[in-house]
Amino acid sequence: MDLSYSDEQRLLGESANNLLAARAQKPGAADLWKEMADMGWLALPLPESDGGLGQGIVDVGIVTEAMGRHRARSNYVAGVVLAGGLVAALGNDAQRAALLPGLADGSLRLALAHAEEGARYNLAHVAVTAKKSGAGYVLDGRKVAVLGGDVADRFILSARISGGTRDAGGIGLFVVAKDARGVTVDGHATVDGAGAARVTLAGVEVRADALLSDNALAAIEQAYDRATAAFCSELVGLMEAATKATIEYTKIRIQFGKPLAVNQALRHRMADMSIACEEARSMALRAALHADDEDARSRSRAIAGAWAKVSRSARFVAEQAIQLHGGMGVTNELEIGGYLKRVVALDAIIGGPDLHLRRHAALTQHAA
Amino acid sequence: MDLTFTAEERAFRDEVRAFLNEKLTPDLKRAHHLTPSVFSDPPVGNRWQKILHAQGWAAPLWPKEYGGTGWSLAQRYIWEIESAAAGAPSVTPMGLRMVGPVIMKFGTQAQKDYYLPRICAAEDYWCQGYSEPGSGSDLASLKTRAVRDGDHYVINGSKIWTTHAHHANMMFALVRTSDEPKKQDGISFILIDMKTPGISVRPILTIGGDHETNQVFFDDVRVPVENRVGAEGQGWATGKYLLEFERGGAMTSGRLRAILADIEKLASTYRDGEKAYAATETFALRRSQAEIDIDALEMTELRIMSSLQSGQNPGSVSSSLAKLRNSEIKQSLTALAVDVLGQDGLYWEGHRPLYEMNAEPGIPEDALTALPEYLNSRAYTIFGGTSEVQRDIIAKVVIGM
Ligand SMILES: Cc1cc2nc3c(=O)[nH]c(=O)nc-3n(C[C@H](O)[C@H](O)[C@H](O)COP(=O)(O)OP(=O)(O)OC[C@H]3O[C@@H](n4cnc5c(N)ncnc54)[C@H](O)[C@@H]3O)c2cc1C
Repeated sequence: MDLSYSDEQRLLGESANNLLAARAQKPGAADLWKEMADMGWLALPLPESDGGLGQGIVDVGIVTEAMGRHRARSNYVAGVVLAGGLVAALGNDAQRAALLPGLADGSLRLALAHAEEGARYNLAHVAVTAKKSGAGYVLDGRKVAVLGGDVADRFILSARISGGTRDAGGIGLFVVAKDARGVTVDGHATVDGAGAARVTLAGVEVRADALLSDNALAAIEQAYDRATAAFCSELVGLMEAATKATIEYTKIRIQFGKPLAVNQALRHRMADMSIACEEARSMALRAALHADDEDARSRSRAIAGAWAKVSRSARFVAEQAIQLHGGMGVTNELEIGGYLKRVVALDAIIGGPDLHLRRHAALTQHAA
Repeated sequence: MDLTFTAEERAFRDEVRAFLNEKLTPDLKRAHHLTPSVFSDPPVGNRWQKILHAQGWAAPLWPKEYGGTGWSLAQRYIWEIESAAAGAPSVTPMGLRMVGPVIMKFGTQAQKDYYLPRICAAEDYWCQGYSEPGSGSDLASLKTRAVRDGDHYVINGSKIWTTHAHHANMMFALVRTSDEPKKQDGISFILIDMKTPGISVRPILTIGGDHETNQVFFDDVRVPVENRVGAEGQGWATGKYLLEFERGGAMTSGRLRAILADIEKLASTYRDGEKAYAATETFALRRSQAEIDIDALEMTELRIMSSLQSGQNPGSVSSSLAKLRNSEIKQSLTALAVDVLGQDGLYWEGHRPLYEMNAEPGIPEDALTALPEYLNSRAYTIFGGTSEVQRDIIAKVVIGM
């Protein structure tokens, strides 16, 4: 057993932190996506045969941890791990060749359109319909919270070919161009500044070769588990940065003639924040190492447990970082509030700690 | 011992309900409902205050001689509960709950005659100039200076976090009029016309994207000496009186219950598959937890009220406790509301005010405030004495050292 990073991984972390730290200094800098492509981050988890680098979630997590630390506003995980990961897992040679090299070099942006109103994080909930029509399909319905959907060129979109709204079988996954007839993309701002869209489909005709899979649920669950593991790492970086900023602030802020940091109530709070960071780091690593487990149940259970722990800890740390900054914490001027906004956004994207605690319990196999 | 109201109190409740039914118009309710900031928007709050004024109910907490209602504690409680349940706007506390009581207790007859009626009629809009960049929890270290020059004070310095300074025509402020060995001495309480030359206001946006707070700069601002309330150098006691009023005095559980009812309504419009989200166990448990917390706070507030009514002093622990628990419960309610939204919790609407939108929002209108309210509510455990400061106050009293 060895839990230390390789030299390559250490280098990846250093370059990610350097680039993102420099960008954080100059708001409005050039498109981050382009830079991520140049750095090879977009290619990181994609198969080598499709222009990728063939690395695992541990490596992706190194990049997302740096993103969390420097509050990079990006739909990186959604584009590469969710949308890209599903194309890599389900696409045939032609489909992969058409999509993945472009995703890897930044010239083609993909977004996963899966969530729907009323789904409540049940990944089998698909009410958008795909009706067979000649050699192709006709798609109808609406997708929400499509991360990066506001700037995507193609949607990787789930639609029900057969069965009831929450049936496990019969979920198809399609490639749909943003400008296909009948597609309406309503881009909107998101609390974390990363951007998303609602996508409405009205009689959208797609050809047979747009179908990636006619039974995609297992792959979708795996993609979400891998993305969740990457989000855990992002939250580790975020929590450590928020804790560090809070420690630094309480050392220089003088009230009652002494630094805030001498007050025991605040010292214990910052000790708890640091403990939360350590536990989150452990759980994020555990999640990354289980993200590609063969057994889907044990994989999902490990990921649900990690998220239950990490997202709850991140909420505590981000809220306390604000509290310990006093009035400064609740302004838009100081970026300390930006940490909490990202925590809130991630809970909205994949469900909060209560939900994942229930999922963990539901996936537990009891001895008879 | 008895939890029910008397026949007269019940009759009063019916009167209040009839009034709210008639005067609280749907557009006022909607505007209040769609305001995610900590304080109500002045145009909304002022409109409601003017309606209350016409009814003779401008100042529920004030004695009759100053234009108040002279209501008993039970009547005030009924008023708070009923107007919260009906969704009435919350009127700014700066005049009615803060500077008003100070002027009543420490002001000259001329100050009382001039300012108190103007507060009741919403003719003046007040802001509170206490905190400074270097003086928050340690308020007594404040540095904004007022130097006597004939029958004026000349004020220099800066105040920060000043809520609604950009709406206010008047500020009540704590300023340093002399340097004394004990920093609480040498502070005076002064009323400042915001149109006086030398005052500038810089906006500070809240984390929820609302313009509520400001930094206010004073550059040789001349204020008549007659605008001082209480003796020179006695401002600390005056200012603290007001803080006690800010902390206690409020009967907050009614508002919390109204918020919970709104959340439940919201949860019944969101779905988890075939079910309303309100019908799920996840929601039910959190809802019950919130309700139980509110029950405990309400019963505590009733106990405080009952002891006040029988002439006892409930002490400083109870006002700190009520402030602390109200702010914490409020925060957990706003978090619950965001949870109800599910994926819609990602959707950000930056336009303000939310009750005057040009385009149809991408999520239900009722859901728009949840996210900015959650973010803004981080301030509840910070202003009016932080939670850490409240716990210090409680600890000092209960431990006795
Ligand atoms: C939305 C909003 C509106 C406001 N409106 C007004 C207004 O209208 N007028 C006005 O005058 N002020 C206003 N305030 C200011 C408010 O009263 C101050 O923010 C508050 O007193 C805390 O001061 P501070 O922000 O300087 O924090 P600090 O005092 O710097 O405190 C930072 C953190 O340290 C903790 N801390 C400080 N001292 C101790 C200690 N001894 N032991 C343990 N912990 C400690 C605090 O609890 C806090 O968590 C407003 C604030 C907000 C957020």
